[in-house]
Amino acid sequence: MATAHEIRGLGHSVRRKEDDRFIRGKGNYVDDIVLPGMLHMELLRSPVAHARINSIDTSRAEALPGVVAVVTGELLAAHNLAWMPTLSADTQAVLATDKVRFQGQEIAAVIAETAYIAKDALELIDVDYELLPAVTTPQQALEEDAPLIRDDKEGQESNHIYHWEAGDEEATNRAFAEADRVVALDTFYPRCHPAPLECCGCVADVNPATGKATVYMTSQAPHVHRTLFALVAGLPEHQIRIVSPDIGGGFGNKVPVYPGYVIATAASLLLGRPVKWIEDRTGNLISTGFARDYHMHGELAFKGSKMTGLRVKMLSDNGAFFSDAQPTKFKAGLFHIVTGSYDIPAAHVVTDGAYTNKAPGGVAYRCSFRVTEASYMIERLVQTAAYELGVDPVELRMENFIQPEQFPYESATGFLYDSGDYPAAMRLALERLGYDELRKEQAAAREEGRLLGIGVAFFTEVVGAGHGDEYAIAGLRMFDSAELRVHPTGKAILKLGVRSQGQGHETTFGQIIAQELGIPYEDVEVQEGDTDNTPYGLGTYASRSTPVAGAAAAMISRELREKARKIAAHLLEASEEDLEWEPGRFYVKGSPDKAATIQDVAFAAYTNIPEGLQAGLEGVHYYDPPNMTFPYGAYSVVVEIDRGTGAWKVLRVVAVDDCGVRINPMIVEGQIMGGLTEGFGIAAMELITFDDDGNCIGSTFMDYLLPTAWETPEFELDATQVPSPHHPLGAKGVGESATVGSPAAYVNAVIDALAHAGVRNIDMPVTSDKVWQALAEVGLAE
Amino acid sequence: MAVQEALVTRPVTVSVNGTERSAEVETRLLLAHFLRETLGLTGTHIGCDTTHCGACTVLLDGVPVKSCTVLAVQADGREITTVEGLTPAGGLHPIQEAFSAEHGLQCGFCTPGMMLTSVALLAENPDPTSEEIRWAISGNICRCTGYQNIVKAVQHAAATLKEAS
Repeated sequence: MATAHEIRGLGHSVRRKEDDRFIRGKGNYVDDIVLPGMLHMELLRSPVAHARINSIDTSRAEALPGVVAVVTGELLAAHNLAWMPTLSADTQAVLATDKVRFQGQEIAAVIAETAYIAKDALELIDVDYELLPAVTTPQQALEEDAPLIRDDKEGQESNHIYHWEAGDEEATNRAFAEADRVVALDTFYPRCHPAPLECCGCVADVNPATGKATVYMTSQAPHVHRTLFALVAGLPEHQIRIVSPDIGGGFGNKVPVYPGYVIATAASLLLGRPVKWIEDRTGNLISTGFARDYHMHGELAFKGSKMTGLRVKMLSDNGAFFSDAQPTKFKAGLFHIVTGSYDIPAAHVVTDGAYTNKAPGGVAYRCSFRVTEASYMIERLVQTAAYELGVDPVELRMENFIQPEQFPYESATGFLYDSGDYPAAMRLALERLGYDELRKEQAAAREEGRLLGIGVAFFTEVVGAGHGDEYAIAGLRMFDSAELRVHPTGKAILKLGVRSQGQGHETTFGQIIAQELGIPYEDVEVQEGDTDNTPYGLGTYASRSTPVAGAAAAMISRELREKARKIAAHLLEASEEDLEWEPGRFYVKGSPDKAATIQDVAFAAYTNIPEGLQAGLEGVHYYDPPNMTFPYGAYSVVVEIDRGTGAWKVLRVVAVDDCGVRINPMIVEGQIMGGLTEGFGIAAMELITFDDDGNCIGSTFMDYLLPTAWETPEFELDATQVPSPHHPLGAKGVGESATVGSPAAYVNAVIDALAHAGVRNIDMPVTSDKVWQALAEVGLAE
Repeated sequence: MAVQEALVTRPVTVSVNGTERSAEVETRLLLAHFLRETLGLTGTHIGCDTTHCGACTVLLDGVPVKSCTVLAVQADGREITTVEGLTPAGGLHPIQEAFSAEHGLQCGFCTPGMMLTSVALLAENPDPTSEEIRWAISGNICRCTGYQNIVKAVQHAAATLKEAS
């Protein structure tokens, strides 16, 4: 039989099973799917940000040979499909009928024999727009005389969307009244975009004979999408099958339902042929789920250097429709985790959201529902406080950390932090970095006129939604599921409600089964993404696969192990109590040679079952987590600034992460390096911005800059491992830790190089022109 | 309107992964679409439309090109290698083996283009420094891995190829 080492359970950096097809070019992404008789759909998008639509003339487009149909909002309205509900309990236009509300909004769809013909036909659609003034910031949106964007909504008299608070206002006011020092920071986390390398798309195939709708789509949450399709289109849910094939990166971008999916499905239904829609890059950048766009003001109250209170005000820009993908109850996601890693006795968080003439769909670009903005706010504020108080930024953090003995720790805004040893992670990072030595180098460099900066950020995330009482999307409790089928020969299929977009589930989840049931991971096939063939789940985003579905996989393995014990007792003619388990086999206590392997048991489950027991070794587990998990880490970055140009170069990045028990350390480190790169992109270059007329600047990769291998720094990684007591394997989510934690570390490093001259803030992306401006203002420019 | 007049077709014959393939194509057809749709070689991906991302990289007479910015008719009479052509009859090309061994891929969407660019680099420079590798692959964007493991993979493949020669 296989040894524990050969079974490759937790802690083994085994190669990924999914690699085999990807390195051969044999992945199966949505654009690779070709069905007989398939048509192609292209979308006409609005060139303007805010305008009334007087008329849409599609006659010239319809006359183009090869065009099969042109769909407008009017046609969809006839089928009650012109508007759809959003994940944040608002409505969103599928195709514009009355007005366009952002540049890039969907106006019409052409369905044609080829994608080239469909694109040609878009140019033949004549739309008469009556321009309206555009609103491009939430501050403008909330002015008295601002143009009303959502005049479609009854009772909506302003552009204000929501007001939401967390924490204890009175206790916080008291803390501030009694404080001997208050430090404040205004900062803006600009709009950026997940920009997965594969854009969104689908192939909708509604069978005219059976009425069954099969939709192959870029979906991070196929089961939720099936239910939403049923609700939006009024189709019976058992007649809808969502298949999420291989996905070329998601990062949150593929959580929402976009108009393209709905129109393609409606078109297939109307035309009786499969319809493919593949978004182009501009469509992806200007219309699909953006991230951030939070304007934040934070204040920290101190007694000496001890934090006693935190006040945060936040104004969010949600675009033209409030379609943030987040648990419905929370209007600003989990932004109230803004107390971060610190033991702050009182906190009060006030948030407001506004409509603007910008793309909708605030998604968590590789973060758990706005924890990124929260982490950035507190880590930038603490850094500012260190300079104002004249305390070393690391010392200030050390002094105010939640201490190991305080876990589980209830924060001032109501989160129950599961576990951690923050000082240990911080110390490891400092040691790896050579912090004290670097501070001396920095001082010496300054003498020579060189500007070195050492940035530190210590993040705590909140990932792995639910519990379902607290976390639900459109009423759906945020549990997840695993169905395990062990075949007679001891091989197994594991079916999950989540969907990998590159995270390596086929490997990691196989290792969980290996650990818990002793079946080598190579013998476990992991299946995801097909709603006809997998148990219901909420999907993969917000670092929830390992915390929730991973726990479900462990739990179903344990349930099957208990049944296996009964079968093993029967095979060994021993009582269950006399059996010991070690990965891969049961043996009789005191007689290790008298054993039944899991493979023996699996065979017996179908051939030699004890009386009173059902045949088979299969089961499904729905796991509703008792709590979120709270991964954390200490990131430090060293930069040097060129005083002549403002360009900054990253010299070192040291990242210490604690995500509890690591199932496949290689995959975990891969996730962290990817996140550190996206975090660098956000800090240094990624920006979706708009001119005063609402024209999107950032609609191609010419303007929306992504880090290449050339700019991206080298990363030095390390780890501590404090298990989570709220997860059966002790694991926490990790996919987003580095995007959450690192932007503040990069920015803190740049600010640290300039802090002695009084610079306190430069908003992201920290481009060299902004740094040069700051240098000039404090007389450091060359 | 020019759209109707543009639909001129021409015969194209190319050698793809060592096999001669011919088709009558619209002159405006992009090489990326020719490979994916006309020939069914879907290992070549499309990520951006503006020649930035490199997901569509193939080798044209051994030189990496972004096939979304080459017309199929421009490839007439020339040799193309796609990811499908990298894989030998048995086993893997050293670059494929190295990408998997070093965890140089996650979602796999950039991987074919990234590997083809690397193969071209190693043909020209069998022992590149990490800086040379980073420069060579800087026209290929990866959103998942953070590049570090890709650089290691190219170095790994370089060592394997050197051993073999």
